[in-house]
Amino acid sequence: MSDAVDREDRAAPVAPPATRCGPAVVRAGHHSVWSLGPGFKALFRKECLRFSKVALQTIIAPVVSTLLYLLIFSHVLSSNVKVYDGRVGYAQFLVPGLVMMAVLQNAFANSSSSLIQSKMMRSIVFVLLPPISSFELFCAYVLSAMVRGVAVGLGVWLITLPFVGAAASVPEHPLWVLAFAVGGSAILGTLGLVAGIWSEKFDHLAVFQNFIIMPLTFLSGVFYSIHSLPPFWQALSYFNPFFYMIDGFRYGFFGLSDINPWRSVAVVAFFVIMLGAIALRMLATGYKLRQ
Amino acid sequence: MKPEPVLAAVEVIDVCKSFPNVRALDHVSLRVEQGEFFALLGPNGAGKTTLISILAGLARADSGQARIMGFDTVAQARDARLSLGVVPQELVFDPFFTVREMLELQASYYGVRGAGAWIDEILHHLDLTDKANTNMRALSGGMKRRVLVGQALVHRPPVIVLDEPTAGVDVELRQNLWTFIKRLNREGHTIILTTHYLEEAEALCQRVAMLKGGRVVALDTTANLLRGASGITVEIAADAVPEAWRGRAAVQATGAFGFTLAGYGELEPLLAAFRESGIAIAEMKLGAADLEQAFLRLTSPTAATAEAA
Repeated sequence: MSDAVDREDRAAPVAPPATRCGPAVVRAGHHSVWSLGPGFKALFRKECLRFSKVALQTIIAPVVSTLLYLLIFSHVLSSNVKVYDGRVGYAQFLVPGLVMMAVLQNAFANSSSSLIQSKMMRSIVFVLLPPISSFELFCAYVLSAMVRGVAVGLGVWLITLPFVGAAASVPEHPLWVLAFAVGGSAILGTLGLVAGIWSEKFDHLAVFQNFIIMPLTFLSGVFYSIHSLPPFWQALSYFNPFFYMIDGFRYGFFGLSDINPWRSVAVVAFFVIMLGAIALRMLATGYKLRQ
Repeated sequence: MKPEPVLAAVEVIDVCKSFPNVRALDHVSLRVEQGEFFALLGPNGAGKTTLISILAGLARADSGQARIMGFDTVAQARDARLSLGVVPQELVFDPFFTVREMLELQASYYGVRGAGAWIDEILHHLDLTDKANTNMRALSGGMKRRVLVGQALVHRPPVIVLDEPTAGVDVELRQNLWTFIKRLNREGHTIILTTHYLEEAEALCQRVAMLKGGRVVALDTTANLLRGASGITVEIAADAVPEAWRGRAAVQATGAFGFTLAGYGELEPLLAAFRESGIAIAEMKLGAADLEQAFLRLTSPTAATAEAA
């Protein structure tokens, strides 16, 4: 949405114009820049409907492929890798990392694929024509991405329960788990929104997925504790924002982490705000959406 | 007592818009009154779609102002968008949803509640009732076009812009569509139409604006433009065209050769040319001046560029 709407929101009220005939002129009424109106609800619902209609592809498939990671890695590495000085079994250690990886990847996939598809098929016009503000667009795309990310993460967690035991999978600090699931999916949902707006074809989006999301996820400590890495790679991991999301999320499960979880909270909050500001700016100026 | 000025349905004031290497709109001004059936005509690249995009908020003018029902499309964008329904030129659709879902979603974007009965009516008039629960992917091009028309109407906007609404729609359904649009016009909706079927504009629209190279080259009532389109059209079914007339012949859909003549004075030389060339005329049809002639005259490369009323 262009900043046209935002400017209108701040404009002084104008008396409704007199009409000579025909249908009544409907006024949008007062609408603050930060308020969420019917357009937000409708778009959020539409985005959730969109992925739920193809749930086999958007929910079930990533759950199953993540389970394969657990089966293969835990089988191959469980006797060789010790984490947290042996206080946590490797398969048990792997589960929160895989759950968070699924949350992040699917939150990104949802907003980015929805945007690029509607841009390529030009159906983006259906949400650009109605009176939906840039903040409403932002919230609808990001929240629906978070819903899908968390839904897939929940699916992964549930399906891994029989493999590691329910007792070993219950989070010690559920609020930390929730906080990092919400923060992480918000970051990747927003990054997906930015990528979807910036990309002009599917190739561009593949650059994001294959050269940014995938390597940063795999090198974030999903499959290992960074204390097991050589010093150089360990130092490099601190520059990977995904590391903080995974490590903080894992802290919620075991009360153990590679770094202080409050530091992870600060990093996650920083990226939520930074990417949110970028995405809102892109939407407000109509970058690559309006001429 | 001085009468209160009537608010225009659409007002475009000195709008300019440029893209890299292209001046899409060059100081365009026009006013469409409430309740009008108005045509926006012009050759490809004339600036029609850019103008519609500016009205719809899909593009921002470099300078000038556009208003829908008195609402500025930039400063009062929410109100302007509520007052406008647009049928886009491109055949776009969302492949995840059924026809009814598309219409319901579009209504909810505008905050319309309880639109079920109106959606049923739209489906009926667009002959889509039996396709209501069909996925958009399964529809033909003409049906998708009609869904686009429906989507533009779900929030009952006072101003409706139809950008090539009948492209790809068959003749019978085109008539149904126009009957429905005419009814909306009678009920007070302002209709702005762009079309390549000039006979549609001639039959439906009270006023016409012709754009060329981003400028308004004519803005007048349809009747006045037709009066200005002097001359006759001749359609001749024959095996060939005399060499001297080949440059002026246009092959028609029927296979016949069409000629646009300045008047009956040119008819005799044309027929003489056929006779002297020994080309037999199988059939001949004469036609009066139409909007197409006015359009060709005003948008031809040699036409004057400032005939705006």
